[in-house]
Amino acid sequence: MELVLETKNINKYFQKPVKFHVLKDISLGVKKGEFASIMGKSGSGKSTLLYILSTMDTDYSGELYLNNELVTGQKSQDLSRIRNKHIGFVFQFHYLLSEFSVLENVMLPAKKLAIKSHAEIEHDAMEKLKMLNIETLAHQRASRISGGEKQRVAIARALINNPSILMGDEPTGNLDSYNSENVFGIFKRLKEEKGLSLLVVTHDEDFAKRTDRIIQMEDGMIIN
Amino acid sequence: MINWKVILNIARTHLLTKMKSTVTASLGVTFGIGAYITLVSFMTGLNEMLDSLILNQTPHIHLYNEIEPSQEQPVALYKDFEDAINVVRSVKPKQSQTKIHNALPILNYLKSDEKVKGATPQLRAQIFYLSGSIELGGNLVGVDVMEEARLYNLRDYIVKGTAEDLKNTENGILLGSGLAGKMSLAPGDRVQVSTVKGDVFPLKIVGIYQSGIADIDNIQSFANLKTVQRILGEANNYITDINVKLLTIEDAPTMANVLEKQFNITATDINEANAQFETGSNIRNLITYAVSITLLIVAGFGIYNILNMLIYEKMKDIAILKATGFSGRDVQLIFMSQAMIIGAVGGILGLIVGYVLSRMIDNVAFETEALPTITTYPINYNIWYYVIGISFALLSTFVAGWLPASKARRIDPVRIIRGT
Repeated sequence: MELVLETKNINKYFQKPVKFHVLKDISLGVKKGEFASIMGKSGSGKSTLLYILSTMDTDYSGELYLNNELVTGQKSQDLSRIRNKHIGFVFQFHYLLSEFSVLENVMLPAKKLAIKSHAEIEHDAMEKLKMLNIETLAHQRASRISGGEKQRVAIARALINNPSILMGDEPTGNLDSYNSENVFGIFKRLKEEKGLSLLVVTHDEDFAKRTDRIIQMEDGMIIN
Repeated sequence: MINWKVILNIARTHLLTKMKSTVTASLGVTFGIGAYITLVSFMTGLNEMLDSLILNQTPHIHLYNEIEPSQEQPVALYKDFEDAINVVRSVKPKQSQTKIHNALPILNYLKSDEKVKGATPQLRAQIFYLSGSIELGGNLVGVDVMEEARLYNLRDYIVKGTAEDLKNTENGILLGSGLAGKMSLAPGDRVQVSTVKGDVFPLKIVGIYQSGIADIDNIQSFANLKTVQRILGEANNYITDINVKLLTIEDAPTMANVLEKQFNITATDINEANAQFETGSNIRNLITYAVSITLLIVAGFGIYNILNMLIYEKMKDIAILKATGFSGRDVQLIFMSQAMIIGAVGGILGLIVGYVLSRMIDNVAFETEALPTITTYPINYNIWYYVIGISFALLSTFVAGWLPASKARRIDPVRIIRGT
């Protein structure tokens, strides 16, 4: 099966406050259409790893491949483009732009990509919102909707450019069980219906158990 | 590659949702630019008025015969005393005439020169104004009044009567305003003048002349050149001064040198005569610019502060923009365009405020004895001040926005998102 994301011997050190080896020789791959989760205790390095995979953190050694293309060492301008086009990201806290409407929030990455026309982007954004059952909120201010709704909007935004992989940093960590279930359901559906690859960092064991694969981390190493 | 529409849209939304800060920052610029425009228009207007007060009345080149001692005394030419030390005591000025030799040909020569805007003959005569048994010393200047009006704005200084009145009245006189006051005379009255030789002539007052400089107005009057020549009993080629106005004032020094050698005459140029004047103007301009730049720098700090605050408030937004694929440069451009919008809006408002304030000052009554032609404060509406104003507004907001915007560019999204 083809790999969407692959790392080879990734090492990372924290320099402050003391030199600390956070990630030790991480090599892993995420297959196309796979729903993987990373689990581990606080400080095991799982979030650090995720931010390296997301191309936002470039301070590491080793190699990172996205769609079999080497990402490591590219210019930050190009990395931004890669993030924009190929990676969808969902955070623990919703992280919407509060001054903008829900629809504008969802459209923003696509406008940045600037491949489609404004009308097409708006149509796509409405489609994504409909898929997540929040199309009625489209013209609300992002600051005026509930936490569960915000997270769904964030998922819609992550999907707007039809990314190769969706990453989540504890996307359900801040939600109640009903909304957590809802978000999990959405992820599951995306994998099954659209064949999307997902990589989610989580603390929630129930959540992780229902994914295709659990990557267990401890002290900066993958232990399974 | 840069998607301006998206960037400007984000910048606009930021500005609109932070209306208070936006307005405060813009007002800072508006105030700075408005004050600059007002100040510079008013100051240069005042400068120009003061300049023209002197310069308009001053010829660019003044030709006359200087009364001076001979450079070489006769004894120096005597061969027998060649090696001796000659001491001549009580040296007297050279015996020469005050009239310019060959004045009329010189005038014609000057008038045909293409660099010359005009040349006017003058005859300065020492006279006494007679008022009952009182004799007031003074001088009477014989002029070609229409040429003086054309070249030296004489009309501006005729407070009663007109230049034409003088031209059409054979024995008319434009009396200095100080003299008119002292002798209680008005246009239509007659005044008697006496030459140094003692001949008395009655002249008809056709107007009052007020230069704004009391020392002149107390002694000087104008009459037609021919009238003064007749009073002195001289021929019509008797001319003591020739005033030359050039098309470009910068030619004055070189041309004065040439004329001096060519006609063996004394020629002073305007820079020589008014050197201190230039210095005064320069210093006033310097003060104007120093104050304006200070105002604009203060406005710049305001913008810097507000953008800095905005960026702290928007840390999370910046992180999220970067995480979803906006590059550091995009983020920098978002904040730079906010700064530039503030600068442009504030700047344009500043130009309008400056213009309105200038207009108001322009209409404030300003009447002074010294300046007969001025009724309101002078304002200089030079388009260049507006160009400089808006350029400075944009420049200062650019500089003020640059540091915060570069900071926004460098923000590491991972640190913000992870909260470390």
